[in-house]
Amino acid sequence: MSGWLDRLFNLKPGSADLAKDRLKFVLVHDRVALSPASMETLKNEIVQVISHYVEIDPEQVRFTIAQEGREQRLMADIPIRASGKRRK
Amino acid sequence: MSATVITITSGKGGVGKTTTSANIAVALALMGKKVACIDGDIGLRNLDVVLGLENRIVYDLVDVVEGRCRLRQAMIRDKRLPELYLIPAAQTRDKNAISPSDMVRLCDDLRQEVDWVILDSPAGIERGFRNSIAPADDVLVVTNPEVSAVRDADRVIGLIEAEEKGPARLIINRVNPNLTRRGDMLSTEDVLELLAVELIGIVPEDENVVISTNRGQPIALNGKTKAGTAFTNIAKRLEGIQVPFTELDEKDSFLGKLSKVFRAGGK
Repeated sequence: MSGWLDRLFNLKPGSADLAKDRLKFVLVHDRVALSPASMETLKNEIVQVISHYVEIDPEQVRFTIAQEGREQRLMADIPIRASGKRRK
Repeated sequence: MSATVITITSGKGGVGKTTTSANIAVALALMGKKVACIDGDIGLRNLDVVLGLENRIVYDLVDVVEGRCRLRQAMIRDKRLPELYLIPAAQTRDKNAISPSDMVRLCDDLRQEVDWVILDSPAGIERGFRNSIAPADDVLVVTNPEVSAVRDADRVIGLIEAEEKGPARLIINRVNPNLTRRGDMLSTEDVLELLAVELIGIVPEDENVVISTNRGQPIALNGKTKAGTAFTNIAKRLEGIQVPFTELDEKDSFLGKLSKVFRAGGK
């Protein structure tokens, strides 16, 4: 009976939400045929290249695969460190 | 006559492709259409038993392709319906006995004879699958609301797009409204959001499917079951008739509805 109450008040989230989250992750990587490990390598290489030209904080770099319908888009968010010298 | 060729596929096995194919074919035939269904699963044929026509097989798909019989001779007529035919798969050969271009040729011949060709694809993404989508005008992907079936459906939808046979439309089969209601089964909305394709049918889990398959009488033949109605609705949508997607749990208990309200509120 307590399972029933839990469900009524949504105390225990259903397993469907977990399934959906896991599927989201798996489908993104299936579709682009890019494993999380390769994605990390890609990120590190790009950070290296960009660092030759501008100063960035590797810790702040974010790579994500955005979904638009069945299209995938690789998004890189690379904040550039303000160069104190030139600004002033 | 120029038939539309509909291929039914899924990636994962055991999600209900053959049952879906048989019942869509039966439902179209009940609507007065002339229908040919083809079992594309060479070596593992099953559409014959699901339709209850296993005792009537003389020639098969490979016999037609290899010229041992004429197309008409391999078309087994279902005597319960005015115009439903089955072209069975060969059981003793393998999927490499036939090529995609063989299937295109066969379906082109069939187009002259019928209104609809329903092609039941084998599971997997190899030769049998490619044979089955080669002649398709439209592809329907069958899935179940569970992780492995949805993942494989996504893969197959991608392959169908790559072959320029898309966009595929989705049938969600074996939906259990009780599990969905308590949040333990992916909902229709979840699956559609994940796969980003158009829906053409939602089929509830229904023990009458097991019973009717045992008897070799597709469930669409006796109108008043939940699954039978769902398959008939898919056939109507193929015919261009607008049929609303009914809420599977419309006969909800009061508590079920209440808990749904709480769940929605809790998110």
